[in-house]
Amino acid sequence: MGMTMTQKILAKHAGLDHVVPGQLVEAKLDLVLGNDITAPVAITEFDKAGLTQVFDKDKIALVLDHSTPCKDIKSAQLCAQARAFAKRFDITHFYDVGCMGVEHALLPEKGLTAPGECMIGADSHTCTYGAVGMFSTGVGSTDMAAGMATGLAWFKVPAAIKVTLKGKLQPYVSGKDVILHLIGTIGVDGALYKSLEFAGEGVGELSMDDRFTIANMAIEAGAKNGIFPVDDKTRAYLAGRVNRPWEAVEADPDAEYDQEVVIDLNTLQPTVALPHLPSNTRTIDQVEGTHIDQVVIGSCTNGRLDDLRQAAAVLKGRKVAKGVRCIVLPATQQITLDAMAEGLIQIFIEAGCAVSTPTCGPCLGGHMGVLSDNERAISTTNRNFVGRMGPVSSEIILANPAVAAASAVAGCVADPRKL
Amino acid sequence: MKVYKYGDNVDTDVIIPARYLNAPDEKSLASHCMEDIDASFASTVEPGDIIVAGSNFGCGSSREHAPLSIKACGVKCVIAPSFARIFYRNSINIGLPIMESAEAAAAIQAGDKVSVDFASGVITDETQGKTWQAAPFPEFVDRIIEAGGLLNSLKARGVAK
Repeated sequence: MGMTMTQKILAKHAGLDHVVPGQLVEAKLDLVLGNDITAPVAITEFDKAGLTQVFDKDKIALVLDHSTPCKDIKSAQLCAQARAFAKRFDITHFYDVGCMGVEHALLPEKGLTAPGECMIGADSHTCTYGAVGMFSTGVGSTDMAAGMATGLAWFKVPAAIKVTLKGKLQPYVSGKDVILHLIGTIGVDGALYKSLEFAGEGVGELSMDDRFTIANMAIEAGAKNGIFPVDDKTRAYLAGRVNRPWEAVEADPDAEYDQEVVIDLNTLQPTVALPHLPSNTRTIDQVEGTHIDQVVIGSCTNGRLDDLRQAAAVLKGRKVAKGVRCIVLPATQQITLDAMAEGLIQIFIEAGCAVSTPTCGPCLGGHMGVLSDNERAISTTNRNFVGRMGPVSSEIILANPAVAAASAVAGCVADPRKL
Repeated sequence: MKVYKYGDNVDTDVIIPARYLNAPDEKSLASHCMEDIDASFASTVEPGDIIVAGSNFGCGSSREHAPLSIKACGVKCVIAPSFARIFYRNSINIGLPIMESAEAAAAIQAGDKVSVDFASGVITDETQGKTWQAAPFPEFVDRIIEAGGLLNSLKARGVAK
């Protein structure tokens, strides 16, 4: 029996010729990631266990992105703990305020993720890096501590779902709509314990930023990871970023899949997820006119340059509706600079948006855009659970950047094609 | 040992809302456990109580604070048909007992008196007079549990220093 992309990467990192779904393996890690919420818990466990060595100071990434710039004293103390650990072990890839970005936008930009590699991150959206053809998955703080100490992690080799993409996306439809449509089809546990293996000629039509968005939300279907094949667009993205050798993997022709889902990109419509699950999807025509109080454009899901371009194309020469707050958060410092050079930041500010330094902030109801009772946001983020962005009575509608921008202008959920 | 019962897809944002992640000590986490799905949970839960829930328990964020908060409340175990994968491994790694049984999760009612035997995997509902067998852990996972968690097991093997 052949292997999927994910199975091949896990086999190689476990030093095995072949693995099968359900097999437990211990794999060597190319990178271990943590942030200002998860790393302090990992560091406390690391210290409590009496550990005194990290496996490789060049293969640990610490990114202070969730509550930063620090929203309160307690958050500042957690950041100080992470900062001290980074200093103690001379961690090479430590990103503090001023050079940090939202971790899952930052790491690929810095060339820390490459095809065929294997990594864990103490953040559920670590699955983002499957966009460049590597195995990456979210874990908790104890796994992170163990990974930092040993460079190893245990995995159950996942069975797979093949997602075949056909055709080409229409204007104002993006990677966000692909993944929301998929989650709406298979459910929030539709890929539980499995990998989502993307394939088909439609992959080549997707931008890298679209692929990052799609892989990012694999976890919202319960998946262990989502992974894309490597093509010319991947190689162009990696050029100048990744200087170490890497080796792409391809799925065997006889790899086995539990299920196959086919998505026709040509006919895909702008899609949103209504409260309170990412699987509660509707096409835009079913929800136009729904009242909103706030718009959030950013996050590890949709805070990249392509996302900002799509939002700016809608907001250019227009104004955010009275009574609506629109917050734009470029995901990294470099994305902010690129957006400035293209005039996007000016478009946002002239339209009446608040533009923020990179932070996860509002996505998890931390800061920079927390909701009040009974308020509703349309957001390009990844989760619309109860209480995620504010009190339990607040609501989140998940959408792509163009839909979010159009909704900001209209003052209600709106179709960017009809503005 | 009373039972608290919840539905499908209980996510980590309702188990421990992000607004409390800036204080990851056990006492604080316990005082806000389950706050956004059951505001009375933290004030009524007693050591030895059991959570029974629907499928995909613990979905969403990777925050280990979620199983830590449940453990810090003294909850004896969580029974569900399935667990989200990060919550599953976090629970094993920190020593929060979890048991997978669709039949037990469906049959047990809130307020039932339930006892569990981790060694045999037997779940007994004393109120209804019924027993179920939970899915066994792989041997590999049993070794982590026996060692007292992931870090201890790696130290015992000499790979973590």
